[in-house]
Amino acid sequence: MGMTMSQKLLAKKAGLKSVRAGQLIMADVDLVLGNDITAPVAIKEFDKFGKTDVFNKEKIALVPDHFAPNKDIKAAEQCNCMRQFARKNEITNYFEVGQMGVEHALLPEQGLVTAGDLIIGADSHTCTYGALGAFSTGVGSTDMACGMATGQAWFKVPTAIKFNLTNKFNKNVGGKDLILHIIGMIGVDGALYESMEFSGPGVKNLTIDDRFTVANMAIEAGGKNGIFPVDDIALEYLKAHGAKEPTIFEADSDAEYEKVYDIDLSTIKSTVSFPHLPENAKTFDQFDKINIHQVVIGSCTNGRLSDLRKAANILKGHKISSNVRCIVLPATQQIWKDAMHEGLFDIFIDAGCAVSTPTCGPCLGGHMGILAEGERAVSTTNRNFVGRMGHVKSEVYLAGPEVAAASAITGFITDPNTIEEN
Amino acid sequence: MKGKGSAFKYGDNVDTDVIIPARYLNTSVHSELAKHCMEDIDADFAKNVKEGDIIVGEKNFGCGSSREHAPIAIKASGVSCVIAKSFARIFYRNSINIGLPILECPEACDNIESGDEVEVNFDTGKIKNLTKNMEFQGEAFPEFMQELIAAGGLAAYIKNKGDK
Repeated sequence: MGMTMSQKLLAKKAGLKSVRAGQLIMADVDLVLGNDITAPVAIKEFDKFGKTDVFNKEKIALVPDHFAPNKDIKAAEQCNCMRQFARKNEITNYFEVGQMGVEHALLPEQGLVTAGDLIIGADSHTCTYGALGAFSTGVGSTDMACGMATGQAWFKVPTAIKFNLTNKFNKNVGGKDLILHIIGMIGVDGALYESMEFSGPGVKNLTIDDRFTVANMAIEAGGKNGIFPVDDIALEYLKAHGAKEPTIFEADSDAEYEKVYDIDLSTIKSTVSFPHLPENAKTFDQFDKINIHQVVIGSCTNGRLSDLRKAANILKGHKISSNVRCIVLPATQQIWKDAMHEGLFDIFIDAGCAVSTPTCGPCLGGHMGILAEGERAVSTTNRNFVGRMGHVKSEVYLAGPEVAAASAITGFITDPNTIEEN
Repeated sequence: MKGKGSAFKYGDNVDTDVIIPARYLNTSVHSELAKHCMEDIDADFAKNVKEGDIIVGEKNFGCGSSREHAPIAIKASGVSCVIAKSFARIFYRNSINIGLPILECPEACDNIESGDEVEVNFDTGKIKNLTKNMEFQGEAFPEFMQELIAAGGLAAYIKNKGDK
């Protein structure tokens, strides 16, 4: 029986000719990632091994992005714990404030991810790198600690769901709308323990940033990883970012999938996920006017340059509603610079938006835009759980950058196609 | 090994943000995390929970973030076991790694209410609802899991193995 793309990659990393779904394997990892929330717990566990050295100081990435720049004294202590560990162990890929960005935007940009890599990260959105044909998945701090010590991790070989994409998106529709649509269709546990493998002629019509957004939210359907085939668009990105030589895995023609979904991209509409689960996906014909208080444009899901361009394109020549605070968070320093040089900040600031240094910040209710009781936000982030962005009685509506920008202008959740273009 | 106590019953998709809200993740001190466990779904949980008590969910328990702080907060609250119809994968892995016993048993979840007295035998996988006088069969914990739980987590377990 044939193997899926994910299974072939895992087999190779485990030194096996083949693997089957359900098999437990021990595999070599190419990168182990942690952040200022998860790494301190991992470091404590690492110390319990009584082992002094990490397996490879070049294959560990530590990024203070969640509560950094330090939001309070406790956060400062956690960042410092990670900083001291990085210094002591001479970790090559430690990114201090000033170089750091939101980890899942930063690592591919720095060329630390290539096609065929096996990556574990103590952050659930580690699945983002599947956009580049890597098998990457979120783990906890103990797994991170074991990974840092041994360079290995155990896996249960997953089954897979295949999403066969055809055609292309309509105007103002993108990767976020697609993944919200998919989660709405299969549910927040629709891909539990499984790989989400994307394929079909529609893949070529997804930009690399669209793919990052889609793979990023595989976890919101319970998925173990999301993965895209490696085509010229992916190879071009890897080359441009100086990534290592890629290894391309392709699913066997007789690979077995639990389910196959055919999705015509031209039928995907602007989609908004209502509180308090990403699966509560609705299109504009399914709800009435909903007033909002805040808009967040950023995060590992939608804080890349193309996302900022999409938002700026809607906001150009408009002012945001006096009832709304709009916070824009470019995901990395490079994206920040590029957005600045392109004049996007002029558009944002003239419209009345705040532009922040890179941080995960408000996405997880950390800092830089916390909601009060009864407040509603439209956010390009990835989760809308109870209390996610602040008060337990606040609400988060997930959407792409076009919907977020349009909603900032009107003060209610708005179809971007109704905004006049300037 | 056994766990015994009152049940705290919740629904589908109990996520890691309600198990331990991110606003408390600026620390990893176990007792601090326990103070805020389940706060956004059950504000009185930390006040009411007693050593040995059991959390019962429905499907996809622990979905969301990879924060190991979630099972840590539950374990540090004194909870002896979590029973659910299904678990989100990172939460499942993290619970095992830190030595928090978790069991999948849909029948038990359908027949346990908040406040019921529940006993779980980790050697046999048997779950008893003492209040309703019902018994359910979950999966028994393999020996290594029991050793891992006794050691207090994967890191300590590996260390112990290495020392022997």
